Amino acid sequence: MSRVLELDAVSGGYGDTEILHGINMHVEAGEIVVVIGPNGAGKSTAMKAVFGLLNLTAGSVRLDGVDITNTPPSDVVKQGVCYVPQTNNIFANLSVEENLEMGAFVRNDDYRPQLEKIYQMFPPLREKRQQAAGDLSGGQRQMVAMGKALMLEPKILLLDEPTAGLSPKYRGEIFSTVRTINAAGVPILMVEQNAKQALGIADRGYVLVDGSNSVMGTGQDLLNNPNVGELFLGGGRA
Amino acid sequence: MYALYDFINFHFIPGLVLGSIYALGAIGVTLTFGILRFANFAHGESMTLGAYIAWTLITLTGWHPIAVLPLAMLITAVVAVGIDRGFYKPFRAAPTIMLVIASFGMMLMVRSAIQFSWGVQLKSLQSGIQQPLILFDAIRISPKHVVIVGAALALMVIIHLILSRTKMGKAMRAMSDSPELAKLTGIDTEQVIRNTWIIGGALAAAAGVLLAYDTHVETMMGFQVLLPVFAAAILGGIGKPYGAMIGGLIIGLAEELATYPWIGDTPLVSPGYKAGVAFVLMIGILLWRPSGIMRGRTF
Repeated sequence: MSRVLELDAVSGGYGDTEILHGINMHVEAGEIVVVIGPNGAGKSTAMKAVFGLLNLTAGSVRLDGVDITNTPPSDVVKQGVCYVPQTNNIFANLSVEENLEMGAFVRNDDYRPQLEKIYQMFPPLREKRQQAAGDLSGGQRQMVAMGKALMLEPKILLLDEPTAGLSPKYRGEIFSTVRTINAAGVPILMVEQNAKQALGIADRGYVLVDGSNSVMGTGQDLLNNPNVGELFLGGGRA
Repeated sequence: MYALYDFINFHFIPGLVLGSIYALGAIGVTLTFGILRFANFAHGESMTLGAYIAWTLITLTGWHPIAVLPLAMLITAVVAVGIDRGFYKPFRAAPTIMLVIASFGMMLMVRSAIQFSWGVQLKSLQSGIQQPLILFDAIRISPKHVVIVGAALALMVIIHLILSRTKMGKAMRAMSDSPELAKLTGIDTEQVIRNTWIIGGALAAAAGVLLAYDTHVETMMGFQVLLPVFAAAILGGIGKPYGAMIGGLIIGLAEELATYPWIGDTPLVSPGYKAGVAFVLMIGILLWRPSGIMRGRTF
């Protein structure tokens, strides 16, 4: 298995505040990797580190073996990393189709076959393609955000808490969407609060505490790990 | 019946003409506000500059104002992009209040440059008196008013097509929605900004030329319409080009209709206070519906 993405002893933060203290993480081809941890552990920050949104003071980020440490976001996108932020991840005033077209902004080739694939993957988006994306339900908005990211046929998809603020019904919808995307061959690195459900679909997971690695293992291992259970899954009842 | 014709000839038609001009100016203001997040005080001077460039082109070629309009728009757009490069780009990461102040300074600089280059005397784009078109024996429409409204409408249709059909137009709307997400999506934000100045500058020039065609060329002309243009942009909803079009027409009509003798024989609002109408409307909108007609951004 080849490593699509690798974070090697990454440290960094915003301004002078260091949030990540030497994090190690990797995603292999075809994997879903979930990052969990308490609030303020640096989960989302780790993701931003990959995307060039953070000032890295040490360590390196590699994409397919190529060093992309401290590359600005616009170039990271061009190299095939797509990032879906937790909030504010769609253009609310643009139609669904325009959102998807914007996802393909850096492409100069014909993106219509990919648009067709995304409509096949998310039939509700085809139905509502002329509607303003901001008028869609929370679950469908996440579909737009992910579909928009997939327009580039990325090497890896980064999802920052895709189920945050969604009702349980939509949460299930999102997790099955993530699976569908992954089944199409896109590796996924995902930060999640709903640890139990997320680990259920994950190949592997990382637990971050205070900006450092705490535990790592397969989704099942982490679900069965009593310490992890105690910390994040509700008093070890997992 | 006489009153109705009067109403149309002296209030409604001039309102429509003024409204079309405000609308063109407001589209540029709202686009720069939406995409660059600052109120561009120098926008009125772009209008003035466009009018002076048109005057020079007409003096050189003897062509009709509409014939030189595209070239005047192009030159003004180039100047607008140049000003952005030299004066606004260094402030891109700074708090927007700095850009507002910078644009205020730019307003004074451009106006002074115009006064220095062209002098301060009134100029006309076209001399002579035109026979009005007379409809139903009583409605008098000046041909230049038909031309002004027609040209403004044509430009608005072009803007609509650019914003809704082209990749760059969609990217402009996307960036107006969320500059942060536009960057994460890989949209070339500098290219979007450049195009915003091109469109904003060109439309400001068009508004200035049409205003000068209706009245005359004068160094304060852009500044004098800046307030109604801002009012139109706010009324329509900041960042909403279609709102700016509607807002412009409403403000233009409101200014002219306010001088109609609605009660008794004297104008409701003395023509001297016409400019105050836009101001009152702007305050009213900010108090009661700050997001404007099209639910734009509020601050």
